[in-house]
Amino acid sequence: MYQYSSGEKLLQLCHDQGKDIAEIAIIAEVENSGNQKEQIIDWLKDQIQVMGDSIKKGLAQDIKSIGGLIGGNACKLQKRLESGDTFCGAVMLKSISYALAVTEVNAAMGRVVAAPTAGASGIIPGVLIALQEEKAYTDEEILHAFIVSGAIGKIIATNATLSGAEGGCQAECGSASAMAAAAAVYLNGGGPEQCLDAAAMALKGLLGLVCDPVAGLVEVPCSKRNASSVANALACAEMALAGITSFIPFDEVVEAMFKVGNMMSPALRETAGGGCADTATARNYSRMLHERRD
Amino acid sequence: METGLFDVLGPIMVGPSSSHTAGAVKLGNIARKIAGEDVKQADFYLHGSFAKTHQGHGTDKALLGGVLGMSPDDEKIRDAFSIAEAAGVNYAFHIADLGDVHPNSARIVLQDQQENKYELIGSSIGGGKVMVNSLNGMHVEFNGQYATIITSHFDRPGVVANVSSVLSRHGINIAFLKVFRQLRGSEARMIIESDQTIAPYILDELKELPDINSVVLVDL
Repeated sequence: MYQYSSGEKLLQLCHDQGKDIAEIAIIAEVENSGNQKEQIIDWLKDQIQVMGDSIKKGLAQDIKSIGGLIGGNACKLQKRLESGDTFCGAVMLKSISYALAVTEVNAAMGRVVAAPTAGASGIIPGVLIALQEEKAYTDEEILHAFIVSGAIGKIIATNATLSGAEGGCQAECGSASAMAAAAAVYLNGGGPEQCLDAAAMALKGLLGLVCDPVAGLVEVPCSKRNASSVANALACAEMALAGITSFIPFDEVVEAMFKVGNMMSPALRETAGGGCADTATARNYSRMLHERRD
Repeated sequence: METGLFDVLGPIMVGPSSSHTAGAVKLGNIARKIAGEDVKQADFYLHGSFAKTHQGHGTDKALLGGVLGMSPDDEKIRDAFSIAEAAGVNYAFHIADLGDVHPNSARIVLQDQQENKYELIGSSIGGGKVMVNSLNGMHVEFNGQYATIITSHFDRPGVVANVSSVLSRHGINIAFLKVFRQLRGSEARMIIESDQTIAPYILDELKELPDINSVVLVDL
C-alpha cells in the first residue's frame, strides 16, 4: 500500500521504498482509483496541454473579463520582459505574466485547469511552464513535477480545505503556491524533504490571506494574487534548494491553515463582505454593476 | 471517498468559478437529460448567491449552456444566449427565493415541443460538484457523479425487486439505491446509481416492467 494522507507518511514511503514523491503519488493514484497508470498519465498530460493553451490565449488575445476589471495585464508584463529592463529576471517575470494570463482567460469564461481551483488556476501553470521554457525541462520532468504538486494538494485537501469559501484565499492561492513551490524544488533535483519544506514555507508565507473578491467576481484581487503567489512559490523554492528548512513541519502548517480558516469571519471567506471587497472603490463599482444591469 | 490527484489537479473547465460556472453547467446538463433533447422553453429561477452574482460569474450562460448540451469545458458557453436563440430555444432568468436550500441553488423548468414540463431544483455545492434535491416536485437526492437511473413508478410491492433483478441479470452493479415517495401507494421514485454505463436496451427492459411509468438515465 502506497497511500499517504500526510507529509510525514509521504516522506516515510519515499524513504522505505527508495522512490521520489512523483513515483509514490502515481502508484497511490493507481491503487486508489483503480485506473491504469497509462490512463492517469494521459489525463495528466491533457491537463498540462490545457494549461499551456490558456497561457497562449491569455497572451495572444485582447481579453476582457466579464466584469470588465481585468484583461491585458499579462501582455504588459511580457512587453517589460522583452524590453530586458527587469528587476526579477526572466523566470520570475514569465511566471507571473503566465499566472496573469491564465487568470485573465478564466475571468473571460475561457478554458482553464482548475488546479487546485479556478480562482487559483494561474499559479501552477505559471511556475511550471515558465521553468520549462527558461530551464529546458523535458515534458516528462514537467509531468512528474505536476504530480508532485498534486501530492501536496491532496494532503492539504485531506487535512484542511482548498476552498476559499471555507478557508479564505490562503486555502486557494496559499495551497496552490505550496503545490507550485514543491514542484519547482522537484524540478531542480531537490529531495522529498526539500519539496515539503518549500511547500511549508510557501503556505506559511500566505497564512491568513483572506478571500475578498470585489463584487463577488473572480477578478480583483484574485488575478494579481495569483501573481504574488507565484513569486512566493519561487522564493520558497529557492530557500529550500539553498538548504533552508521550515521550523514548522508541513503537516503542522496545513493544520494551522485550517484552524486560521475556521477563525476567519465569514465576511472574509468569498462573500465579498470584507477586505478589498469592502472598500469605497469596490462598493462604488459594485453599485455601478448593479445599476448597469437594472 | 479518498481524495485523488484528479480532485486537486482539475477539472478542465471554463471559468471563472467552479461553483458558479462549472457546477451550473452540470445542473443544466442533468435537466437536459431529464427533459430530453428537444427543449423549447427554459426558465431558470436563481436563488441566493446564484441570484446575486449570476451575471458576473456567467452562471446564467452556464445553466443555459448546460441545457443546450454543452460540457463544463466548452468555450461556446459564453455564447450560450445567441446559440439558444439560433436553435429556437426560448429562455428566461428569474430571481427567486427557493427557501431553505444551499446558497448556490436554481430551479430549472424545461418545456419540450410536446408541451411537457420538467422541473428540477439543484445546488452547486463546491468544486463543480452538484446535488439535485427535487425532481418534478418530489424530493430526491443524487449528484450526477455516477450513471443514474431515475424511475417514476407506483409504490407497490415487487417494483424495486423487479428493477434490481433486471439490472443484476445484465451484470449491472448498484452502487447506491434510494427510494422516495410522497404517499403510500402513490407515485414514487427510485434513484439507482452505478459505476457502469447502462445500455439503452436495459432501460427499455426496465420501462416494460409492471407499475413503472417512466425511466430516465442521467449519465454525464
